[in-house]
Amino acid sequence: MSLDMIQMVLVTVLTAATPLIIAALGELVVERAGVLNLGVEGMMVCGAALGFAAAVETNSTLLGALAGAGAGMGLAAVFGLLTVGLAANQVASGLALTILGLGLSGLVGAGYVGQKREPAPHLYVPGLSDLPGIGRLFFGQDAFVYAGLGLAAGIAWFLWRTRAGLILRAVGDDHAATHALGLPVRGVRFFAVLFGGACAGLAGSYLSLAYTPFWAPAMTAGRGWIALALVVFASWRPGRVVAGATLFGGATVLQLHAQAASIGLPGQLLSALPYVATILALVLLSLGRRRGGSLAPAALGRDFTPHR
Amino acid sequence: MLRTTLGACLGALLLLASPTHAEDKLKVGFVYVGPVADYGYSFQHDLSRRALAEALPDKVETTYLENVPESDSERAIEKLARSGMGLIFTTSFGFMEPTLKVARKFPKVKFEHATGYKRAANVSTYSARFYEGRYVCGKIAATLTKTGTIGYIASFPIPEVVSGINAFMLGAQSVNPNVKLKIVWVNTWFDPGKEAEAAKALLAQGADILAQHTDSAAPLQEAEKQGKLAFGQSSDQYRFAPKAQLTAVVDDWSGYVIRETKAVLDGSWQSHDTWGGIKDGMVVLAPFTNMPADVKAMAEDTVKAIAAGKVNPFAGPVTKQDGSVAVKAGEIAPDPMILGMNWYVKGIDDTLPQ
Repeated sequence: MSLDMIQMVLVTVLTAATPLIIAALGELVVERAGVLNLGVEGMMVCGAALGFAAAVETNSTLLGALAGAGAGMGLAAVFGLLTVGLAANQVASGLALTILGLGLSGLVGAGYVGQKREPAPHLYVPGLSDLPGIGRLFFGQDAFVYAGLGLAAGIAWFLWRTRAGLILRAVGDDHAATHALGLPVRGVRFFAVLFGGACAGLAGSYLSLAYTPFWAPAMTAGRGWIALALVVFASWRPGRVVAGATLFGGATVLQLHAQAASIGLPGQLLSALPYVATILALVLLSLGRRRGGSLAPAALGRDFTPHR
Repeated sequence: MLRTTLGACLGALLLLASPTHAEDKLKVGFVYVGPVADYGYSFQHDLSRRALAEALPDKVETTYLENVPESDSERAIEKLARSGMGLIFTTSFGFMEPTLKVARKFPKVKFEHATGYKRAANVSTYSARFYEGRYVCGKIAATLTKTGTIGYIASFPIPEVVSGINAFMLGAQSVNPNVKLKIVWVNTWFDPGKEAEAAKALLAQGADILAQHTDSAAPLQEAEKQGKLAFGQSSDQYRFAPKAQLTAVVDDWSGYVIRETKAVLDGSWQSHDTWGGIKDGMVVLAPFTNMPADVKAMAEDTVKAIAAGKVNPFAGPVTKQDGSVAVKAGEIAPDPMILGMNWYVKGIDDTLPQ
């Protein structure tokens, strides 16, 4: 394998991981605040549809990405009103959100099926992007990839280095106590849900604007569910989400390359590899640091209705 | 509120396309597994519905249900049967058992099930010999490849896909016996991201022409982006890749649907099985583009020869991957062999997932 070939594989690994990273990071913040939103797939697919539609209409990738994030946020607001505002069941509401999102995206995107546009522009730094072996990997990606990695660093900093992050984690661990301290439990949760929706929508718009630049119904193909699972296996830590998503994306891409290179292993075994590898790695990781009890935010999935 | 939303969604799914009523017209219903706007499998079935409505505007009234999940199809089909349909086309393999169940309850309604193998007195089956089109694609690919390597993105190892791969390879070998075929199984019918990754992997491994048996246009777009060539799937996908698409194997059900509807109208309809190919107009190749005139002429001649019965993709001798003889020289593979194909022809360098 030549150096350029290895770089090509690494570049595709990172692009395959990016939608998972962005969506999973959003869900991580939501769950850290104690809310379980199973509607990631629905918000993602709506982000893909609306993002593509807006980008075609305005001819701007940036506006498309913003519209995608907005679509996810809009759906998340519905979810937030139901679960945080009215204390409706989070699991049922999340599942309904997925169904609603899939239907809605088909409606929004109906007029845009079969259209295509140029993929999102890639960064080009004269000199640096042309470096053999690493230039394209580090200096030649599109904005979504950098946004995803920046988001991971930003969220890690926010959750463990700021007062607001501490409050968010406290709300997710014990909503009764934080409420007694006079902290706005429902406000924090609602904003977390909105943030998660925006991330899911952004991840969806990445699919239709950069990854495969067209819109097709249900084009997320289950990535929202994988993002959800990644959050759990990453034991609610941003760094591990990035590692898990990269491992998953990497195994997916590598098994396709292995098949193309005819190494002679059956395709189904190779197709199962990403799932097996990711689960194994993340389970082992979380075993190492375990200090008894669950790693999940203690109030995850529990409704909160303040006493009046 | 939640239930209302859900109800509205389900209601929208079941929305009927033609609300007008006329008692003397034959009502013809169609059930699709995907969205009409998929520009692929379900889109092609809907084209046949539109062709029918245009061909017999005074005699039929058409209706369709789209996005019907296979698990919930019995309810959808029964709803159509109950609403006074005379003829119902159910167009996905997974609708087979539900179609038969509903057909037992409504003996006067005629049913047409696409790609299945079980029939009843009021249930016919129809399918197309897609592999004939893939044979033509194989010949084109082997003529045009510069690297001698062709990439093939496959979905699931079922006979329809395997016979397609074999026909493609036999077509390619008829031009160049040393041509290489690299196969990647993605284990999905539709996942644009994964299909694009598979396309990238194949192109990186030296393939310069891509064929696919998955439903999205992502591989075509990837080929276009890298200045390589590819074949469209199910439907003419030229709009996605005007510089890359060579042709596409297109399913054309219009002729069959109109013929069967006419048979119901004049009372001559009978339950039967139809497996039509290029000759019957059920398999059509999209316009040959992005190739020199002589290759185009060769492709057109091959299509004509298959239509005339002079060329058969599975005419012997056909040798299996392990060297044993599948079809002897001078013979032609019988239909049951093609319908149950679970082996590769010689020259394919891949292990067939079992």
